[in-house]
Amino acid sequence: MKVIFWILVFPGFLFSSIIGMLLTWVDRKVTARIHWRVGPPWFQPFADFFKLLSKETLIPVNASRFLFLMAPILSIIAITAVGTMLFTMNFYPNMSFLGDLIVLIYLLTLPPLATILGASASKNPLAAVGASREMTLYFGYELPFITAIIITIIKTGGTIRIGDIVTYQHIHGPILYSVSGIIATLVALICMQAKLGYVPFDIAEAEQELMAGVYTEYSGFALALFKLSKAMMLFLLPCFLITIFWGGFVTWWAILKLLLLVVLIILIKNTNPRLRVDQALKFFWVGLMPLAVLGVILAFFKL
Amino acid sequence: MSNRRIVPIGPYHPLQEEPEFFKLIVEGEKVIGLEINLGYNHRGHEFIAQKMTYEQIPYLVERICGICSNSHPLAFVLAVEDAAAIEVPERAQYIRTIIHELERIHSHLLWLGLAGHFIGYNTVWMWAWRYRELVLDLFEMITGNRNHYAMNKVGGVRRDILPEQIPLIEKALTEIETKTNMFTKAILDDPVILARLENVGVLTKQAAIDYAVVGPTARASGIAIDVRKDDPHCAYDKIDWNMIYFDEGDVLAKAKVRLLECFESIKIIRQCLKQMPQGPIENRVDEIAPGEGIGRAEAPRGEVFHYVRSDGTNIPIRHKIRAPSFMNIVSNEVAVIGYSIADAALCLAAVDPCYCCTERMAAFEDGKERYTGKQLLELSWEKTNKMFPHLNK
Repeated sequence: MKVIFWILVFPGFLFSSIIGMLLTWVDRKVTARIHWRVGPPWFQPFADFFKLLSKETLIPVNASRFLFLMAPILSIIAITAVGTMLFTMNFYPNMSFLGDLIVLIYLLTLPPLATILGASASKNPLAAVGASREMTLYFGYELPFITAIIITIIKTGGTIRIGDIVTYQHIHGPILYSVSGIIATLVALICMQAKLGYVPFDIAEAEQELMAGVYTEYSGFALALFKLSKAMMLFLLPCFLITIFWGGFVTWWAILKLLLLVVLIILIKNTNPRLRVDQALKFFWVGLMPLAVLGVILAFFKL
Repeated sequence: MSNRRIVPIGPYHPLQEEPEFFKLIVEGEKVIGLEINLGYNHRGHEFIAQKMTYEQIPYLVERICGICSNSHPLAFVLAVEDAAAIEVPERAQYIRTIIHELERIHSHLLWLGLAGHFIGYNTVWMWAWRYRELVLDLFEMITGNRNHYAMNKVGGVRRDILPEQIPLIEKALTEIETKTNMFTKAILDDPVILARLENVGVLTKQAAIDYAVVGPTARASGIAIDVRKDDPHCAYDKIDWNMIYFDEGDVLAKAKVRLLECFESIKIIRQCLKQMPQGPIENRVDEIAPGEGIGRAEAPRGEVFHYVRSDGTNIPIRHKIRAPSFMNIVSNEVAVIGYSIADAALCLAAVDPCYCCTERMAAFEDGKERYTGKQLLELSWEKTNKMFPHLNK
């Protein structure tokens, strides 16, 4: 019973989605203020979501029906699992099990995979281009992202239990407060921007080139689920970063840290043009990867 | 296995919100071919013009394009004045120049915003359009309208610039200058923007000559043509200014040409305000003498060409328009080949296309072309002969 409550209400589906949607409102509002616009009221993301729910879901004639509809559900299930695990392990470090960090990394890769799956299933040429871009981008950012997490694993003495990482940071101070920690957080932050699909890495759904890219054929309920899972990612990915690098959710300060990270993401989003997919790949492999490796080397020397 | 696909942009452009249809033929991400389809919005302006009086036509041709809504009437009145050998007072010449240059600033800022939007940089978009408002406010003050200024008439202009407006214009110009300066610095210093624009969509000088491109598109490819210098209309020969051109031919060069032209425009307006003589703003025109004339004006997108033929009545018997985008859009055929889809969308926008200006008629039946361009022209001659038999000497 308790587990079901955790998964469905707090800190799982309902909690993450409400906070996630509020954060998308923060995103839209801050973006609007940067653009000298007024921006929407706070309930706009909710209104959008419920309006989308009431719309018809169109399925393209030659699309693979099952995959097309499963993709958004897969995405939302994965991200709900991330939310549930992340917070239970923050609040009750003893419940952490060996290797849950790896499980989380796996679960976080599922939403991009689900979009690729759905886009390929929709048999739309624009979505296909979007899917191939998403795939390329995914190969780009995943390696630096995991390398950045390895820095934490090295610094905490080889633990792959989130509970232990949080406890370690509670005793020894956050990973961030060291040279390698700063490098790791920076690398992970930029990879997170790509994971979220925000400018400069919104290459897969570049509206100016591919209409809606991977989401071109989605409408109604299925699109709403994709939008919701993106909103939840906007909440949970910074939370994941805070847990791994910045002391976890032990004090109320974590809320400020979360807001700070989200605003940082929004600022990066609004002060950059979109990169081309080959440029993005080059940036991740030639620019970020050596930096991440440098971080790993520094972590070995306890810097 | 052939991996060829068609990525459609249109038939309604998602961003420029005009009817056009570009078929990008792609292999993976690489564009290997481009098919341009226009003609969704043919409004028959030339035909309508042949049923209107010389007083009415400036308002009609103004509505060919909402952005260069001074260039078309200006070219038209120049053509009529050429046909009927009408003198225009000097003050009117200067006022025409001021309006024409203000329009260039607002059009270039509009393009800058759109270009920002095309590379996903929405902040540039919003800011450029915000500072464009300053120009629109100036228009509202001088002409009474933010768009479609209705300033040109045969023989002069319709409204004077009042002495008390001049300091206000100067003040707004200073602000526009600082803001444009800010944009120029921000864009030319941003490494990510440079990565997106440099060496993208290169239109070589030879290709530019072959496709006979005009305006900033030509000037970015190293061709120094500008009607304002080559065939000065209005007061352009009395003013000191420089033509901006670059040799690279890429999107960055096109952006640089447009940004730097804004500064030249500000320079021209300042000199005009200083040099403008007192006097009447229009000459009374009672009769349009028979004859034919051409009017060329340098619109923000390039040369606008109007041809007018009069038979002594108050209605022209032939009015021919050639808008600059007609020459520029087709040059994309070579400019986008070999680049990725992301670059192609940007290249297509880099010539600052104005699709509605460009509309021409083509007759198709059952998917086959019914008439060629030449046959259509002959049909049109035939019709003119039928309508005005007295012209057949």
